[in-house]
Amino acid sequence: MSFLIQQTLLFMVPLMIVALAGCFAERSGIINLALEGIMIFGAFIGVLFVRIMQEKEVFEAAKSAGRWGSLQFFEILAMLIAGLAGAIFSLLLAFAAINLKADQTIGGTALNMLAPALVLFLVRIMVNQNTLMMAKGDAASWFMIKKSTFGIDKKTDIGFLGETLINKVYIATYICILIYIILAVILYKTKFGLRLRSCGENPQAADSLGINVVKMRYIGVVISGFLAGMGGFVYALTSSNCSANGDVAGFGFLALAVMIFGNWKPLNIAGGALLFGLFKCIAACYSTLDINGDGVFWLAEIGISTHVYRLLPYVITLLVLAFTSKQSRAPKAEGIPYDKGKR
Amino acid sequence: MSGIKKFFAKDGTKSVISSLISILIGLVFGAIVVFIVGMSKKTIGVKGAWEGVRLIFFGVLNTGRSATGALTWGFNASNLGNMLFRSTPVILTGLSVAVAFKTGLFNIGAPGQYLMGTLASLALALSLPSDKLPTWLIWIIAFVGAMAAGAIWGAIPGLMKAVFNINEVIACIMTNWIAANLVTWFFDGSAFCNVEEYGKTGYIYKTSFNNVATAKFGLDKLFAGSQANAGILIATLLAVVMYIVMNKTTLGYQLKACGSNRHAARYAGIKDKRNIVLSMAIAGSLAAAGSALYWLSGNTEFFWSTYQSLPGDGFNGIPVALLALNNPIGVVFAGIFMAMLNIVGMQLSNLTAYNEYITDVIIAVIVYMSAFSLVIRMLLNGRPKKEKAPKKSGKEAN
Repeated sequence: MSFLIQQTLLFMVPLMIVALAGCFAERSGIINLALEGIMIFGAFIGVLFVRIMQEKEVFEAAKSAGRWGSLQFFEILAMLIAGLAGAIFSLLLAFAAINLKADQTIGGTALNMLAPALVLFLVRIMVNQNTLMMAKGDAASWFMIKKSTFGIDKKTDIGFLGETLINKVYIATYICILIYIILAVILYKTKFGLRLRSCGENPQAADSLGINVVKMRYIGVVISGFLAGMGGFVYALTSSNCSANGDVAGFGFLALAVMIFGNWKPLNIAGGALLFGLFKCIAACYSTLDINGDGVFWLAEIGISTHVYRLLPYVITLLVLAFTSKQSRAPKAEGIPYDKGKR
Repeated sequence: MSGIKKFFAKDGTKSVISSLISILIGLVFGAIVVFIVGMSKKTIGVKGAWEGVRLIFFGVLNTGRSATGALTWGFNASNLGNMLFRSTPVILTGLSVAVAFKTGLFNIGAPGQYLMGTLASLALALSLPSDKLPTWLIWIIAFVGAMAAGAIWGAIPGLMKAVFNINEVIACIMTNWIAANLVTWFFDGSAFCNVEEYGKTGYIYKTSFNNVATAKFGLDKLFAGSQANAGILIATLLAVVMYIVMNKTTLGYQLKACGSNRHAARYAGIKDKRNIVLSMAIAGSLAAAGSALYWLSGNTEFFWSTYQSLPGDGFNGIPVALLALNNPIGVVFAGIFMAMLNIVGMQLSNLTAYNEYITDVIIAVIVYMSAFSLVIRMLLNGRPKKEKAPKKSGKEAN
C-alpha cells in the first residue's frame, strides 16, 4: 500500500503542478498549449545544472560526508533553476500571444516543437547520445530521502505513515504540494488573484477599473512557465532518474486535460491529478503492485494485457471529458488577444 | 500601377512572401545556432561551423566530401529523389491539417490518424494473398483501407467536438496516444513482425515481402539510387482534388462557412455538427493516405513498439499547413521544402559533428514565425502599425 501511494504521488505531483501552471495562464486569458515544451526545457536545464554542479564538485564534500541537508538544498536549487528556465522560455509564448496578438494555439505548438528539438540537438552535441544523465551517481543516492537519512536502520519498522511519508521519497514532492496550496490560495483569496482571474474573464472591464491587462497576462504566463519548468524537472528527477531526453511522455498534454477536467479550479484539479496519477501508476507498475500486502499480485494475475493498462489513462481522460464537458466552464476571454477597442 | 507593382500588391503574393520570410528567419536562426555551438566546441571550430552553415542552406545539393575532405557540390540525384519520397507523407499530413484549419479545427491528431493508416495499410498489404490476387489490387485495397481507418479515427475527435463540445486539441492528443498504444498492441507478437531477417523482430515486414510496392513510374531512373516512386504524384493529385473540393464545391463552401462562424453557418441552414465530423474524417483519411504511401512503398520498415512516441511526419503536417497558409496547392511546395530540411538533417549528421535535430529547431522557429505572419504581412502592407486594427486571430476558445 505504501508503494502504491508513493508511486501514485510520483505521477500525481508533476501532473498537478503543471495543471496548475496551465490554470494560471488560462485564468489570465492565455491558452498555454506549450506546457509540454516548457516541461521538457525545464527538465533539461535542471538536469544540466545538476550535472555541471557535480562536475565542478560543489556538493561533493556534502555528499561524501553524508550531509543530507545540503543535498536537499541542492535539489531545491535545481528545482528553482528549472523553474526560472521555464519562466524565461514561456516569455516566447507571452511575447507572441500578448504583444503580437498571434494565434496562441500555434505559438504554443511552436514551443512544443522547439523544446524537444533544441534539447536533443544540444544533448547530442554535449554527450554524443540522446540522454543527458547525472555526471555521477543516481537520483536515489543523491537526493532520495531514506530511512538511513535519519539514521534509522533499514530493517526497523517505522509504522505505516513513516514508511509512506519519509522512506524513499523526494523532498520535491512535498515542496510541490506546498507551492500548490500557496498558489491556489493566492489565486482565489487575494486581490492579486482576483485581478488575474478578471483578465481572463473580461479584460476590457478589468482595464476600465485600472488593471494593467498586459502586465497581468505576462505574470500569468510567467508563473505558468515557472511551475511547468519546475514540474518538468520534478518529473525527470522522480520518474526518470534525473535524466533529460527531450521527452516527458505527454505529461504536459495530460496536465492540460486534467486542468479542463478540473474545471480550472485548484481543488478539482488536484482530484483529477490523483485519478490520472493512479491510472498512470497502475499502467507503469501493475505487475509488481501488491495492494493489500498479502504477496498476491492480482492485477498481474488476472491476465489483462499490458497494453490495456497503458491505454487506460487516455481512454479514461476522454470518457471523463465527455461526461463532464457539459458543466465545464472555461475562462471566457481565454485565447482571445486583448484588444482595448472591443467591447 | 505597373505590372510588377500589381503583382506585389496581390494578397496571394504577400502571403507567399511572408511565408518565405518565415523560412528565411528559420534558416538563419538555425545557422546562427550551428555557428555558436561550433565556435564554443573545440572539436568543431570555425571550419566545421562554416560547413554546417553551408549545409543548412544547400545541403540537398551536396554530393559528399572529396578526397581532401572538402565538401563537394552538384546535382545529387539520390538526395533529390529521396526528398520527393520523404515529402509524400508530409504533404498529405499537411493537407490534413490544412483542411481541418479551413473548418476552424486544429487537427493536432494527424499523428494518430497516420498511425491508424499505418496499421490498416500494413495489415492489409501483408495479409492478403499475393499469389491469388493481383498485387496492384492489394495495393489499392490497402490504400483505401488505410484512408477508411484514418477517416474513422479522425471522426472520433470530430464527434466529441460536435456532440460534447470538447476542445478538439485535447481530444486529438488523447486519440493520438490511444492510437500509438493500439498499434503497438496490434503488432505485438503478431505474424507481421519480421522474424525472417536477423535482428529485425522490432520491425514489421516490408510490404515487398508480399510483392506489394508502389509503382515507380520511371522516377527511380530519373533519380538514380533514391526511393522516389509514384507516391508523390498521388499526393499532388490529392492536393489538387482537395483544392477543387474546398474552393469549387458546395461541400467545401459549407466546411469553410462552419470554420468562419459556426453559429452563422447554422443560421444559414448548414448542418454545423455534420460538417465538423466530416471535416475531421476527411482530414483523418488524408493523414492516413500519407502513411499508406510511405509504408506501401516496399522499402520502408515500421518500428512497431511505438507506444511512447508519435510519428514526426504527423506533427510536421502542422508547420507544412501553416507555411502554406492552408492552401492545398501551397501544401505541396511546403511539404517538399520540409522534406528538403529532412535531407539536410541527414547530411549534417553524416558529414559533420552536428546532428539532424537542428532541422527540427528550424521547423519550430518557422512555426513560431508563422504565428505572427500577421505582423509580417502588416509590415509588407507598409501601413504604420497604429492605423491597422489588429485582426482577431485567436480562434474561438473551446
